[in-house]
Amino acid sequence: MDWEVVIGLETHAQLATHSKIFSGASTAFGAAPNAQACAVDLALPGVLPVLNRAAVEHAIRFGLAAEGVVAPRSIFARKNYFYPDLPKGYQISQFETPVVSGGRIMIERNGSEIPIRLTRAHLEEDAGKSLHEDFHGLSGIDLNRAGTPLLEIVSEPDMRSAAEAVAYARELHRLVTWIGICDGNMQEGSFRCDANVSVRPKGQQAFGTRCEIKNLNSFRFMEKAIEFEIRRQIELIESGGTVVQETRLYDPDRDETRPMRSKEDAQDYRYFPDPDLLPLCIDAAWIARVRETLPELPDAMRRRFVEDFGLSHYDAGVLTASHDLAQYFRALMLVVPGEAKLCANWVSGELSAALHREGIEVRQSRITPTQLGGLLRRIQDGTISGKIAKEIFDVLWSDGGEADTLIESKGLKQISDVSALEKIVEELMAAHPDQVAEYRSGKEKVFGFFVGRAMKACGGRANPAQLNAILKDRLAG
Amino acid sequence: MALTENDLRHLARLARIRVEDDETGPMLAQLSGILGLIDQLQAVDTRGVEPLAHALDLEQRLRPDEVTETDRREQFQAVAPQVEAGLYLVPKVIE
Amino acid sequence: MNLATTSLRQLAQALQARQISSRELAEAYLGRIARLDPGLGSFITIDRERTLRQADAADARIASGTAGPLTGIPIAHKDIFCAQGWLTTCGSKMLSNFVSPYDAHVIEQFEAAGALILGKTNMDEFAMGSSTETSFYGRVKNPWDPTKVPGGSSGGSAAAVAARLAPAATATDTGGSIRQPAALCGISGIKPTYGLVSRYGMIAFASSLDQGGVVAPSAEDLGIVLNTMAGFDARDSTSIARPAEDYTAQLDKPLQGLRIGLPREFFGGGVSADVERAIEAALQEYERLGATRVEISLPNTALSVPVYYVLAPAEASSNLSRFDGVRYGWRASRYEDLGDMYERSRAEGFGAEVKRRILTGTYVLSRGYYDAYYLQAQRVRRLIVNDFKSAFAQCDVIMGPSTPSVAFGFGEKTSDPVQMYLSDIFTISVNLAGLPGLSIPAGFGEGGLPVGLQIIGDYFSEARLLNVAHRYQQATDWHARVPALANV
Repeated sequence: MDWEVVIGLETHAQLATHSKIFSGASTAFGAAPNAQACAVDLALPGVLPVLNRAAVEHAIRFGLAAEGVVAPRSIFARKNYFYPDLPKGYQISQFETPVVSGGRIMIERNGSEIPIRLTRAHLEEDAGKSLHEDFHGLSGIDLNRAGTPLLEIVSEPDMRSAAEAVAYARELHRLVTWIGICDGNMQEGSFRCDANVSVRPKGQQAFGTRCEIKNLNSFRFMEKAIEFEIRRQIELIESGGTVVQETRLYDPDRDETRPMRSKEDAQDYRYFPDPDLLPLCIDAAWIARVRETLPELPDAMRRRFVEDFGLSHYDAGVLTASHDLAQYFRALMLVVPGEAKLCANWVSGELSAALHREGIEVRQSRITPTQLGGLLRRIQDGTISGKIAKEIFDVLWSDGGEADTLIESKGLKQISDVSALEKIVEELMAAHPDQVAEYRSGKEKVFGFFVGRAMKACGGRANPAQLNAILKDRLAG
Repeated sequence: MALTENDLRHLARLARIRVEDDETGPMLAQLSGILGLIDQLQAVDTRGVEPLAHALDLEQRLRPDEVTETDRREQFQAVAPQVEAGLYLVPKVIE
Repeated sequence: MNLATTSLRQLAQALQARQISSRELAEAYLGRIARLDPGLGSFITIDRERTLRQADAADARIASGTAGPLTGIPIAHKDIFCAQGWLTTCGSKMLSNFVSPYDAHVIEQFEAAGALILGKTNMDEFAMGSSTETSFYGRVKNPWDPTKVPGGSSGGSAAAVAARLAPAATATDTGGSIRQPAALCGISGIKPTYGLVSRYGMIAFASSLDQGGVVAPSAEDLGIVLNTMAGFDARDSTSIARPAEDYTAQLDKPLQGLRIGLPREFFGGGVSADVERAIEAALQEYERLGATRVEISLPNTALSVPVYYVLAPAEASSNLSRFDGVRYGWRASRYEDLGDMYERSRAEGFGAEVKRRILTGTYVLSRGYYDAYYLQAQRVRRLIVNDFKSAFAQCDVIMGPSTPSVAFGFGEKTSDPVQMYLSDIFTISVNLAGLPGLSIPAGFGEGGLPVGLQIIGDYFSEARLLNVAHRYQQATDWHARVPALANV
């Protein structure tokens, strides 16, 4: 039988705020256990929540960027369940009326763009963490993360393969980091996805029974986990079994999903409006103010890079992988106008490689757009060759400075003086008569030998085109 | 609405309250009495009436995004049943 | 100085005039407590040294000329208010080991005013009760008759003030927990408009109904204390930002032309004859003061009890989930695993009434019942609010009995929770509507037990309510009567 896969994603994006969603405790990552859990986060008797304006504003930004509808009035509800990392015994979330409804994320399917519809995005608080290692068989509870603001973004079940789910997650990740509402750090748990996966016979309308897979903390694991789950469900059904609706945990070490024991109970969360909080009201003026501060979105910028700069779709996509990278490219273009392809190559080539090598982000780059632009201008005007430029790039990266100063002080300027190059070529031919003879007898491969030797003789500073021309001319005899 | 012992056990489980066998009888009787009281609401015609969560019709006030709290772990954990290395300890959590 | 007959205002004057020091005053009250409270049980915690340290600080402040009206005055606090360094139990075994690491907003306000914490008063466990019989710390006796309950849940605060063990006490009112014990103990008590007093640090029972307030012998004393207690607090989302008001400024305003609404539903069937007689006499007194009677109707009064017993337990079931033995409070000594630790800790830490309400609340919120109970109760709540809105179009204040009868005996209503719940029929609707309400002594009924007159006002009319009560107390002396045991 042919099976169709149906996937919907629930994503928790940690909102980039200084303080928690309902308290004034810091959200900074990596503090000593419980050092950032204040009275409200610990749910001491008598404490009360007050909503963080920035968390709401981030939700509005997302709603606008994803083209959803920002609710003029939304309600916070309590989701009641007991868990040691949930200090109040309930999570403050939104249930019936989320802050954002609808919206879409575009992904590619068979070469054309299709929308993955969003059901909703709602504000809620994160829970703490249970640490299981080394407490004499006990678990340790760290509540620093408790109360960190989250935007839970729920998609419609519009994805049809693990690859599409990953494409969606990547696009969503790009969007939330692009608009600055989430740092996107998956290792630290700032962007977490759960996948609802089901299968159905091709052509069938009704959905199959779904399983929710948790702990997908990298795009690679997400793809593997979903693929495992799809195989598991198909094999189960084909061998006469039925899929049970349950929550499963992905175990990356064993590359499999298994049911979560803590979720065994049929859950009844007893949602009801939180009486400690009043309706969240967002007026049109606030939405308009947020809209004004929204940057150009990745889709639009990518299209503009193609149209304005004549870049390929591929290059434009690479350059808009993150807002910071795109900003870098745009700053570079101001220094070297009209050289989009050159700039694109260097940003996605040397620069990205150097960043990757050091494991740093583009905003931490050790070469500024102005420095890199200064270098590219010397390629553009023929002062240096690309090869020399790469050497200068390395120096700029490690020691800083200006390209022009380096070229001057190290004498790296390209030799464009024809007589000087001719002199080098003549000396070379005189020193290697055998090779000259070989070339002349038709062994054109020897040409490379001469290019290499000539470049070496002039410290790589020869203008390659000129050198080639002179060599061809002289070797021809 | 008659409450059965199973219902009571389910509620007690949801509420994480252990109920001993000899408690269920009196508890059931009293809860049934309370349900009898609140069942009076079923007879009220509330068509077209919006539920009211708060008596005063107010909007949520918003807090500026500022860190106002400092580390008071030592004081907070002074009242904790079991802590180690800054962590609250509980029986093993199974995921 | 006879503390049994000296009002809070007079104490404040004596402190300002240096006729007495705050330390002397505190010692005098602590002495009364030491003598009388063992027979009453109105306090859970006394911390003599801590109180006297505060008294010394207050004396220094008085000496420096920066004292306010409450500087140096000892105030008792219901044990529902978190006070840093004080055991704060909420009347429960669950918090029997909880020394609060922080102050409630209310406690901060009193601290800033220079008032002393005289002690923490007994109460129904988590404020769930109408007789203070559900406290883990034992029963509180009614100072007028030790075989009777003081009312609840603020029974400790009311009994302490009635026995003049404190010049005033804080209290909270979710369904009548200030007005009912004030009535049964023969003192004055005010529940302000929802949102006037911050709930931050006040251990939650039912968040949309809970409101802090005061009990004291007279309306004037209530006003003085409320001036310090009320006020905006950014940490409570439901706290209302409005300009500060002097609740004593209008006390003497004449009542000429005051329209008193008398809800048909508050009179007649269900009210005992002695209470009805006392209320009628009080109304006649008001007529002599220039007020007129207007008959009104609050047609959904009877439904307020079932509405309350859906909404309050629902909110409570969730509010009390934080008591899980993980971060503070009672943890069972023996358990098998995590789930067992939760279930045993909560079973051991909570008393029977609290468990009943948690289970009731869990039931009405659970899948399949939410719409029929919770949403339906919220709809009827709106009907009740609308009743009051129409009523206040016809009258300035609403009056009636605070309770259907005078104080009842211990154990009389404990076997049947519903009978206990129905004793709050006149006070509950005021919480559902978020309105301010007040109870003042209005004579005595059967057994020489006090009767309370309830006065309900429109939103934020506390100053008017206190004025209406004060004029009555100028014309009568019920509020000045003290039980025999207090005259020592």
